[in-house]
Amino acid sequence: MFNFKHEWIEKNVGLMLIATMIAISIGGLVEIAPLFFIKETVEKVDGVRPYTPLESRGRDIYVREGCYLCHSQMIRPFRDEALRYGHYSLAAESKYDHPFQWGSKRTGPDLARVGNKYSNDWHVQHLIDPKSMVPPSVMPRYPWLMTTALDYSDMAERLMALRQVGVPYSLTQGEYDRNVKDFGAEVAQTLHIPDAQKNLIAQAQAGNFDGDRSNVSEMDAVVAYLQVLGTMVDFSKYDNDEFVKFR
Amino acid sequence: MAAVDVAGTEQYNFDIVRKFTIMALVWGAVGMLVGVYIASELAWPFLNFDSPYITFGRLRPVHTGAVIFGFGGSALFATSYYVVQRTCQARLFGDGMASFTFWGWQAVIVLAALSYVMGYSQGREYAEMEWPIDLLIEVVWVTYLIVFVGTLMKRKQPHIYVANWFYLSFILATALLHTFNNLAVPVSLFTLKSYSLFAGTQDAMTQWWYGHNAVGFFLTAAFLGMMYYFVPKQAGRPIYSYRLSIVHFWALSFLYMWVGAHHLHWTALPDWTSTLAATFSIMLLLPSWGGMINGIMTLSGAWDKLRTDPIMRFMIVALSFYGMSTFEGPMMSLKDVNALSHYTDWTVGHVHSGALGWVAMITFGSMYHLIPKLWDTKMYSEKLINIHFWLATIGTLLYITAMWISGIMQGLMWRAFDDFGNLQYSFAESVAAMHPFYAMRAIGGMFFLTGMLLMLFNTYMTIRQSNSQGSKLEVNPANAVA
Repeated sequence: MFNFKHEWIEKNVGLMLIATMIAISIGGLVEIAPLFFIKETVEKVDGVRPYTPLESRGRDIYVREGCYLCHSQMIRPFRDEALRYGHYSLAAESKYDHPFQWGSKRTGPDLARVGNKYSNDWHVQHLIDPKSMVPPSVMPRYPWLMTTALDYSDMAERLMALRQVGVPYSLTQGEYDRNVKDFGAEVAQTLHIPDAQKNLIAQAQAGNFDGDRSNVSEMDAVVAYLQVLGTMVDFSKYDNDEFVKFR
Repeated sequence: MAAVDVAGTEQYNFDIVRKFTIMALVWGAVGMLVGVYIASELAWPFLNFDSPYITFGRLRPVHTGAVIFGFGGSALFATSYYVVQRTCQARLFGDGMASFTFWGWQAVIVLAALSYVMGYSQGREYAEMEWPIDLLIEVVWVTYLIVFVGTLMKRKQPHIYVANWFYLSFILATALLHTFNNLAVPVSLFTLKSYSLFAGTQDAMTQWWYGHNAVGFFLTAAFLGMMYYFVPKQAGRPIYSYRLSIVHFWALSFLYMWVGAHHLHWTALPDWTSTLAATFSIMLLLPSWGGMINGIMTLSGAWDKLRTDPIMRFMIVALSFYGMSTFEGPMMSLKDVNALSHYTDWTVGHVHSGALGWVAMITFGSMYHLIPKLWDTKMYSEKLINIHFWLATIGTLLYITAMWISGIMQGLMWRAFDDFGNLQYSFAESVAAMHPFYAMRAIGGMFFLTGMLLMLFNTYMTIRQSNSQGSKLEVNPANAVA
């Protein structure tokens, strides 16, 4: 029928290596590479900005504690999820998330739009003792967040690393001006790396997330992060069908 | 030192196989113990004891790391080093390098577990190891490739036996996946913390391309390699169809790499990607069942062995679970089914029907065949093998049944509406409803763990018995590891 003999591959390691490499490379190339080039993959939408230093440290703690193993951050376009969690998640809303924290399991509820849903006090109490707020909860208690001071000594290095992977934190005047143009002066200030520590302390003081202004605790950072989740895009500005075309 | 010299002149390097075999069993016991513990934490949350180091979130990667890379990984090193030597009729290439893969790999497992409980994690499932550990893995893995290919090149047989194709494909794919999924920029050279190179949608796609192929190549292709050697050996018959093995090898290697995005149905990933993944997932049913059929039919004409041989029973039940999981998987990748199953315990149950039913059981069967050969003796107790078989089977069934019920119930409760069109249940109510099934799952895990401990004991006694008999293979200092 045809001249090719599978025997050739079976008798030649080099051939087998090459053939296998080709077979296993194609799928990833076809599905991943275009996502970096097709512009519609990430929608253009107003309001999405990089995290402030305090929020970013809160996110680090979220990753450290493995929250993503029980909480998703990805609302699907279903009626029940719209009622329970809000508008479905947009790709743009996690475009500064290194790493993404969409999750794969909801042992607890989705957190993509948990921001501004509960008070700071609620979050603090819930993290210290989840069952006191939600009796059937199986979430571990996190009392040490309240008693551990936040280590922000390497805040600038952290933002530098994030800048290297593409998050627009500013280091130079030129980058700062670009951020003013893209996000407005108020936000641009919070993204300036030389002021990182100052900004972090200022936000913790102003927000008073853990109810204790005497120090900056890990609780301050985690609650600041939770309170910003899903709040950046103002969906009232957009038509209901605006985002369907990107799907 | 005399023993080392003897090892050096042996026809085969079994010393390295013995070491990996023992560590596979040790990590199996450790990983499953942690698994039972975190399952119990979900059923009885007081077990978190307000300690950061043992909360569910930090222990879960310890469990997955110890069972996938510790137990599964060590078992694959052991069997691949054994199979490649036997089927090539050549001694392993590079004793020193092989030894490095052993110590390097064990260091990876220990360092990873320690870093997780200390709170260092990349936040990517099954790839939580931070960058220095990732670099160590990279070095170990390239060494593994060199040892394996080097041995293939030394072969005295013209043909490369089919089991080796699967092992080779697993080694190459794991190198590829590990490299691209772990691209990250460290905060500084003196901290473990890093940030992934990609963000959001692209990061999600890369992670699940990795995540699903950790299943596809690490936990499937490689274990098929194990199956292709040990099932015919134990059955004492040739593999059912050589042609089928060729077709399903290439189809499996090619198709698996496309299906990762079915973990991202209905998310912000573009539709074209997840639809493509769903399509390939359904096609993947064919090569998966090709492998299952090839394995099970190898026993045709010798079915009576199932009555008398508990090792054969392990293997055939493993293949049956493989067939069931690879039917369930494509079904769950259909978008309508996925809308219900995703984010629920059904996924967890599906993973474990593959991990316990297929991966662990084929490993148990192969190891019970291998251990007497490595220590030149008989297993200490055949009866314990049989008890292990039943504990493992009942444990797996309890586990997956609990997760089916809780998963589907969860999915249905989340989408239930009352007569007025409001959500019928709060999320908290669905959590409360899970409790009996979380308890049942933990009990299933305890069954499985008990079987694993019996195997460890049985193996320990076998090695002791071999030492006291003074085997003719001149047993190595490897035993000191036990």
